[in-house]
Amino acid sequence: MLEIFMEYYPLFLSGLGVTVFVTLISCSLGTVLGTFLALGKIYGNKLVSAVVRTIISIIRGTPLLVQLFIIYYGLPSWGINMDPITAAIISFIINSGVYQAEYLRGSIQSISGSQLKAAQSIGMTKWQGIRHIVLPQAFRRVIPSWTNEFIYMIKYSSLAYVIGARELMTEGKLIASRNYQFFDVYLVVALIYLIVIIFFVAIFNRIEKKVTIP
Amino acid sequence: MPTKHLLKIEDLHHSFGEEEVLKGISFSLDKGETKVIVGPSGTGKSTILNNIIRLVPPKKGKIYLEDTEITSAKKINEIRQQIGFVFQDFGLFNHLTAKGNIMIGLTKVKKMNKKEAEDLALLELDRVGLKEYADSYPSQLSGGQKQRVGIARALAMQPKLILFDEPTSSLDPELTGEVLKVMRNLAEEGMTMLVVTHEMGFARSVADELIFMEAGKIVEQGNPEKLFTDPDHQRTREFLFQLTDLYGEGEN
Repeated sequence: MLEIFMEYYPLFLSGLGVTVFVTLISCSLGTVLGTFLALGKIYGNKLVSAVVRTIISIIRGTPLLVQLFIIYYGLPSWGINMDPITAAIISFIINSGVYQAEYLRGSIQSISGSQLKAAQSIGMTKWQGIRHIVLPQAFRRVIPSWTNEFIYMIKYSSLAYVIGARELMTEGKLIASRNYQFFDVYLVVALIYLIVIIFFVAIFNRIEKKVTIP
Repeated sequence: MPTKHLLKIEDLHHSFGEEEVLKGISFSLDKGETKVIVGPSGTGKSTILNNIIRLVPPKKGKIYLEDTEITSAKKINEIRQQIGFVFQDFGLFNHLTAKGNIMIGLTKVKKMNKKEAEDLALLELDRVGLKEYADSYPSQLSGGQKQRVGIARALAMQPKLILFDEPTSSLDPELTGEVLKVMRNLAEEGMTMLVVTHEMGFARSVADELIFMEAGKIVEQGNPEKLFTDPDHQRTREFLFQLTDLYGEGEN
């Protein structure tokens, strides 16, 4: 197993690089998207919140793989072409954003109410209150769910292999099809995922501790 | 309609769904006055305060802050800066220290620079006796301390008047004294205050005028001593004595 890794490590590592890159971008931009969706759902007018609810139910109600195929294989028929990594990132941002919107909504609603009222009572606009009072607390509370989301995303990003994005799983498959040592190659792939996830979880736990409010 | 009163309320009505909670409330408040509103639960006392700064927009009636009609004002957040509000459940921002709770309104709303805001925050904390707790978070403070931070936060905005919505109702009895003492000092310093409370001792000794409300209407208003000793309405007497029995007169 070690020999396999030593022999092909440039490929494994470049695949890992793509996996981590795709996951970090998707999760971070997913947070931005999720924040807008959550705010739209809670504070938006009837139309906005209905639109958000529809988006959330469509994305949550369909498989990620199908979404990925629609974006990568479906959009070209409308003249929209993109490389596999871009297609993967876009579908992951949308998917992750929707899930994060739901996590955030819960944590925003647990803070809103009396603190938002208090913010408005000292002359803040509703938006200032959301920005300076509600969101800083909501983001802290959502870190554990965010960590979970990141773990899912790093693993789900392996789906990108079906459209040929050269992430970790794809590299593994290419190596295995060259040397036929399927067991050892996929074991190496699995171990790399495991180690990377343990590493990131440790980082996020640290951040969580650091920003905890006494 | 311009008035010489600091705050004037005219024929205020409010309802929640079918239930009419305020049925035509009118009174006014002059600069430096402390008025206390008492009455049974569910009589709409807190609704009046929430109507004033439009946290709950009133259904009918007019409210003026000096010459400005609050009820039709476009920029309500500018009016809210001039009217302090102290909440029953404190409403402190949990992610900020005591000092931070006070500074955030100064920096984000009044656009004060950080240093000035910090100096003023410490001054106001000192005024409510909490200077040494400047860096404590709300979860590290007792209920009475939290409420004093809430008062300091309102004071720092340099409001023309402060509304108190049952400021001691969620406190343990032994903690109400420290809050009432701060409020008493404010009244003596000439702060204009409108207070909803069940603390009869405070009402009797601090209020310039006592307003007794029941079922969405003002039953009687006037000098607290008169309302306690020689009210015009039998109902006023019953209620005030019932509450005095319940909550006592003292504020230790």
